[in-house]
Amino acid sequence: MNRINKKLNEPGKLLSIYFTAGYPKMADTVHIIQELEKNGVDMVEIGLPFSDPLADGPTIQQSSTAALRNGMTTEKLFAQLKDIRKTVSIPLILMGYFNPMLQYGVEAFCEKCNDIGIDGIIMPDLPLDVYLEEYETTFKKFGLINVFLITPQTSDDRIRQIDKASQGFIYMVSSASVTGSKTGFGKTQTEYFDRIASLKLHNPQIVGFGINNADTFQQATGKAKGAIIGSAFIKYLTEKGVANIGDFIKTIRPL
Amino acid sequence: MSTYHANEKGYYGEFGGAFIPEMLYPNTEELRQNYIKIMEDPGFKAEFDQLLKDYVGRPTPLYFAKRLSDKYRTKIYLKREDLCHTGAHKVNNTIGQILMAKKLGKNRIIAETGAGQHGVATATVCALMGIECVVYMGEKDIARQAPNVARMKMLGATVRPALSGSRTLKDATNEAIRDWINNPVNTHYIIGSVVGPHPYPDMVARFQSVISEEIKWQLLEKEGRDYPDFVIACVGGGSNAAGAYYHYLDRPEVGIIAVEAAGKGVHSGESAATSALGRVGIIHGSKTLLMQTQDGQITEPYSISAGLDYPGVGPMHAHLYRSGRGEFISITDDEAMTAGLMVSQMEGIIPAIETSHAFAIFDHRRFRPDDIIVINLSGRGDKDLSTYIDYFKL
Repeated sequence: MNRINKKLNEPGKLLSIYFTAGYPKMADTVHIIQELEKNGVDMVEIGLPFSDPLADGPTIQQSSTAALRNGMTTEKLFAQLKDIRKTVSIPLILMGYFNPMLQYGVEAFCEKCNDIGIDGIIMPDLPLDVYLEEYETTFKKFGLINVFLITPQTSDDRIRQIDKASQGFIYMVSSASVTGSKTGFGKTQTEYFDRIASLKLHNPQIVGFGINNADTFQQATGKAKGAIIGSAFIKYLTEKGVANIGDFIKTIRPL
Repeated sequence: MSTYHANEKGYYGEFGGAFIPEMLYPNTEELRQNYIKIMEDPGFKAEFDQLLKDYVGRPTPLYFAKRLSDKYRTKIYLKREDLCHTGAHKVNNTIGQILMAKKLGKNRIIAETGAGQHGVATATVCALMGIECVVYMGEKDIARQAPNVARMKMLGATVRPALSGSRTLKDATNEAIRDWINNPVNTHYIIGSVVGPHPYPDMVARFQSVISEEIKWQLLEKEGRDYPDFVIACVGGGSNAAGAYYHYLDRPEVGIIAVEAAGKGVHSGESAATSALGRVGIIHGSKTLLMQTQDGQITEPYSISAGLDYPGVGPMHAHLYRSGRGEFISITDDEAMTAGLMVSQMEGIIPAIETSHAFAIFDHRRFRPDDIIVINLSGRGDKDLSTYIDYFKL
């Protein structure tokens, strides 16, 4: 069984952390993943930096630009992660934009992920229909779970289609926004969380966008299985560096 | 539908489609489901045509350029899009899209702009309709194109600087897309070229197709046939070219020539010749030819003309190139500037530097004396005067 599914079957709420590979320093990638696991994080999204991250707000944009300036490439990230499974056992997901994957070759990319022990992929700009028509077979061949996003504007019909195509979890974008732009949840979000819960989907949901502290983590995971934090963690890395990652995790979910 | 127009999924051959994050799906899907229905509605058509006539000043003349024709020993006609209100073909599309936005019940408009021509054309139609307008423009371009920034402000638009990446057109486009993600319900995004996710390339091409629609009857009047032997246009994203080619795409008797900006030379490292330098990839939601690193990072193009320095090209043009239907020629800064001065002094028309690239073709390619050639004179050169003056030390 894929590590993601296994983790989703465990009781309790999941904390998942996103960070941009190669940021703040080129060589920080593996250290960050190890620290996150040590501090009780359940799942990690490793961001493959892209020059034009159009679904991301300023924080992740800036980390991507910096990572690319540090020299990060798809090939170098795979090289850094080569031995990651010797020290890390939590699920790992690669998150990025589709063009770098396309240039690497979708099949070669998936094969490499499988070699390394990557469990899933999130490519926000690889749309559902293209995935199903052209790439589902390849992803499955290499045991990779593709994660789709939904937003408050996604219709029930489309959510059902996405649920059908999903094999792990659904990434629930908390509000109509790019990453890192809104914090705190209001009535709109509560209603949205309720609506999704009432659909009784096959796949559990993990909420992302707008979660930055214990309160928002609690709210997001009231009905959903877990929550993803990205921008707030990147901000922490920018300000405090990589030495005391546990301090950040404690502000979200004390050990 | 033919092989050179978009299919129902927005593909031109292998190019096009809608590679967008789920956050943009509802917006683009709403547009996709409605755009053809709205455009074919007689009421919409009547309003669009009337504004093109009374407000934009259409039809634009098809002018026989006698002195140029004598010089190059062929028959050269100029399609005078430079005479459109706001000074370029861009307004054909913004008029169409503002009417579309109204039909869809949107009360806020966003746009991206590079040199500022599309921004001005968008700010203009928003003023005309009394709709809020936000234009994203790269911080670098804001500094380089001060007169157009002033025009947008005069017209009541808010100009927001794109501070990310290279701070030019592609980043302004990213910012506009992010704005649309943040404002999915009340906002319409007026893209300025035949780029972006389906249905934009097809929708913008349809609004610009008035150019070749007019060329057809104008040539019939002047030459007794409704088609030229060659239609020539400059291509950045490719909207003026798409409009000039549109009704000739499926007529093999018409040669299609696209002129791209070679900057300081195609292989100089400072170029915007996408067909020569690009590989298949995804930019701004569309699969097309684009300039990128081996690793799939989008690179920054260069041209002396701010309207041609887009790292991609519309999917229609990528398909014209790949299929061999279109002939693609790259023109350097120097060749374009020289041609711009030549046209100014031989025909009394100062072309936009974008368009000057198209005029430089005659040093690269011969035509027969009885060939009928239409060059799409996409914009006027007022905005480029300081660049021309600096270049020629006038």
